[in-house]
Amino acid sequence: MIRVQRDIFDVGAEMTALTEGRTDIGAVVSFTGLVRDINDGSSVTGLSLEHYPGMTERELARIEEEAKSRWDLQASLIIHRYGDLALGEPIVLVITASPHRQDAFEAANFLMDWLKTKAPFWKNERDKDGNASWVEERQTDIDAAKRWSSDS
Amino acid sequence: MKILYFAWLKTKLQMTEETLPWSKERPDTDSLVRWMKSRGPAFAEVFSDLEVVRIAVNQEYIMGNTALNENDEVAFFPPVTGG
Repeated sequence: MIRVQRDIFDVGAEMTALTEGRTDIGAVVSFTGLVRDINDGSSVTGLSLEHYPGMTERELARIEEEAKSRWDLQASLIIHRYGDLALGEPIVLVITASPHRQDAFEAANFLMDWLKTKAPFWKNERDKDGNASWVEERQTDIDAAKRWSSDS
Repeated sequence: MKILYFAWLKTKLQMTEETLPWSKERPDTDSLVRWMKSRGPAFAEVFSDLEVVRIAVNQEYIMGNTALNENDEVAFFPPVTGG
């Protein structure tokens, strides 16, 4: 499942909803990305996320399908927010569920790595003087995505 | 064709989208980019370094030069920074 939304989300509620009534799931892994107050050594006071409606959903669905083809996933959820976000708020949530932990761990890691280099979102940060600037891609994210295949 | 701009491309061009008629001057993405560069200083600057401009046609990343049709949606944007 994928959701692209402006509103904040509740990690616990999402995890419960995903696994409720299921007795075949043995492992659930969740990753939550938060808005930090510093990036590349500069202080950040707020964040705005732009995205490409339509393409975002397509890319996230494609990434989720890829994870399902590589690992034994019984359920998965990707939530990504857009719009204005305050410091400390969650930006992204990935939940994976599998019979055993390794599939859930690896699939969650994979989903985040591919999402960061493929899903059309752009961060715009504000500093303490109110100046806004577009965040640049990180080489570490590109390298992280590459470990999963040549297709990244 | 519908043309979309995102993130700093949008900021620099002061435009989020526009509609261009299909033209034999720009039948594919390579020729469309060349045509964009010739539109003025802001466009020339935005399209000067293609390493930092991604292109999607009909909401899919393209692999190399791609033919364009009247009803296509072409998007230009920088490397993504979500997550």
